[in-house]
Amino acid sequence: MKLTTLPYSSLKICLGIVLCGFFGLTIAAVEVIDDRGKTISLSSPPQRIVSLLPSLTESICALGKCKHLVGVDRFSNWPLSLQNLPKLGGMSDSNLEAIVQLKPDLVVVDKSSSIISRLEDLRIPVMAFEIKTMADEERTLKKLDLALGSKESGRVWNQIQAEITRANKQLDGSQKNMRVYFEVNAAPYAAGRSSFIGELLTRLELHNIIPESLGPFPKINPEFVVQAKPQMIMLSETSLADMKKRPGWADIPAIKENRICAFKKEQSDVIVRPGPRMGEAALILSQCIAEKSLSSK
Amino acid sequence: MPKHQFSQKLMALLALSLMLIALGCVFGSTGIDWPFTEVDRTILYEIRLPRSIGAYLAGALLGLAGAIAQSLFRNPLADPYLLGSASGGLLGVGIILCLSSVGEHSLVTLIGINGGAFAGALLGVLAALLLAGGYKSSLRLLLSGVVIGVIFSAANSLLTFVRPDLYQSLQSFMLGNTSLITWNANLMMGLALVICILLTLLLSPVLSVLSLGENTARTLGLPLDQLRLLLIAVLALATGFAVAQTGLIAFVGLAAPHLVRHISGGRQRVQLILSSIAGGILLLGSDLLAKTIFAPLEIPVGIVTAVLGGSYLLFLLRRGQIGIRK
Repeated sequence: MKLTTLPYSSLKICLGIVLCGFFGLTIAAVEVIDDRGKTISLSSPPQRIVSLLPSLTESICALGKCKHLVGVDRFSNWPLSLQNLPKLGGMSDSNLEAIVQLKPDLVVVDKSSSIISRLEDLRIPVMAFEIKTMADEERTLKKLDLALGSKESGRVWNQIQAEITRANKQLDGSQKNMRVYFEVNAAPYAAGRSSFIGELLTRLELHNIIPESLGPFPKINPEFVVQAKPQMIMLSETSLADMKKRPGWADIPAIKENRICAFKKEQSDVIVRPGPRMGEAALILSQCIAEKSLSSK
Repeated sequence: MPKHQFSQKLMALLALSLMLIALGCVFGSTGIDWPFTEVDRTILYEIRLPRSIGAYLAGALLGLAGAIAQSLFRNPLADPYLLGSASGGLLGVGIILCLSSVGEHSLVTLIGINGGAFAGALLGVLAALLLAGGYKSSLRLLLSGVVIGVIFSAANSLLTFVRPDLYQSLQSFMLGNTSLITWNANLMMGLALVICILLTLLLSPVLSVLSLGENTARTLGLPLDQLRLLLIAVLALATGFAVAQTGLIAFVGLAAPHLVRHISGGRQRVQLILSSIAGGILLLGSDLLAKTIFAPLEIPVGIVTAVLGGSYLLFLLRRGQIGIRK
C-alpha cells in the first residue's frame, strides 16, 4: 500500500513546490541590473540602506527614501538630516564591521570600491554604480527608483533639466562662449568635456579650454592653461591663493581681470558630485559667471 | 640550550599567538554582545576570525621570509621589503588586477593574484641580486634592493595612472591592509606557509652549511647554486602570498628574526620556526593596535608595523647588534 502511495504523494509535493515557486515569482518584486552588469533581485523594497558614496546618498534622498538610510560614508553631508547617521569610512577604508552591524538589506557603492566582494561574501545585497556623466546619473536614478520602489526619477530628472535651462537663460550672449577652465583639484586635474561638469559647461554654452580628446578628468600641464588663455577660471576656494602664485599664471586673462569663481566648500560639494543637485550646480555656475563679468566691466 | 627549555619557549610563544587571535576576535569597531545575535556571529566568524588568523599567517610568512633571507644572504638587514621582493609582489598584484575586471573576486582571480605576486616577488629578488652582482656585499645588495623597490613602486603608480578606477584598491595594497581578508585568502596563505616551512626545514642544513662560509660549503660537495635558487623561490613564495593578501607590510620580516635570535641559540631550524611565529605575533599585534587606537576608525596596519619595526631597527643599530659587511 505504502509503495503505491509514495510516488503519488511525492508528485503532489513536487506540484506544490512548483506552484509555490510560481506564486513566489509573482511576489518577488524586482530585478535590477547594476553597472557591473550583475543582476540584483530584491523580494521587497529595501528598508535598511547603506550608501557609501555622497552622490548616491543624495540621489536616494531626492527619490524620497532618505528615511530608509541607516548609514552613510564619511563624506555624505547632504541633506542635513543625515548628520546623525553612523559614518562608515571613506572610499578605500570602508568599515566592514560597522556596515554588517547595521544589518543593511541593500548597500549602494561606487563600482571601483574594494569592499564589494567582501560584502557579497557575507550575503549582503550590493548595487554598484559608475557615475561619470549626466546620462549615468539619469540611469542611476532610474535604477534606484526600480530598486527602492519609488516613482520619482522622472520628476527629479526633469527638475534638474529645468534648472539647467534656467541657468542657461541667466547668461547673455557676451557671457556665453567664454573660454573657461574648471580645475577639479590643484594637482592640477581639470574637468574635461566628457565629465558631468564639462557637460554642464557645454549646456551653459561656455567654451571649455580642455579638448574632448583628453577624457573626463585629465591631469594637465599648467603650461597648457597659460597657453589656452581662459577668460574665466573656476576652482575651489582652498586652492585660490596657490593658483595665483603659479609661475606665468599672472598673465592669464581670467586672473588679470579677476574673473575667478572660487567656490566655498558647500558650493564645491554641489558642483563636484554627479547627483540630483546638478541643476543647482548649473545655477551656481551661471550666477558666478554673471556676477564676475558684471564686476569686471 | 636544553631541549625542554626550547619546547617551553615554543609553547609560550604559541600560547601568546592564540591569546592574540582571541583578542583579535574580541576587539573591533565595537565590542561583542553576549549572548550572540546573528550579526555578532557573522562579525565574529566571517570578519574578525579570518582577519586575525589572516594577519597572523601573513606575519608568519613574512617572518619566515625574513629569516631565510638573513641566513641565505648572511645579511642581518635582509628582509622581503628591503630586498625588493615585496614591491615586486605588489607589482605582480597590480598587473593581475589590471588584467582582470574590477569587483569580480572569484577563487580564480584570487589564485591569479597570488601567482602574480609570487612571480613578481621572485623577479624582485633576482633583479636585486643581479644588480648587486651577487650577495657578497651586504650593502650593495640592500642598496640595489631599495632601488628595485623604488622602480617597482613607480611602475605601480603608472598602473594607477593607466587605470584610475584601480586607484582605491592599489592604494590599500600599498599601505598594507588586513581588514578585508577572507577565509579563501587564509586557505592560500595556510597552504603557502605549510609548503614554505616544510621546504625550509628540509633545506635548513644547507643554510647552516652556508653560514660557515662559501668555501667550506663548497668542499662538502653540495649543489649550492641550485639549492640557493630553491631557497630564493621559497622566500619569494612566502613574500608573494603575504603581499597578495595584505599588501606592503614593512619591517615584520626584518624584526622577527632579530627578536628570537637570542632564544634560538644559533640553531638554524629553531631560528626559522621561531622567526615565523614571531612574525605572526608581530603582525597580529600591530593589527590589533591599528584597529583599536582610534576605534571605530582604523589606520592601515602597514603604518603601525613601519613605525614599530622601524624604531626597533634603529634601536638595534644603536646598540651595535647589526654589523654590516661593506
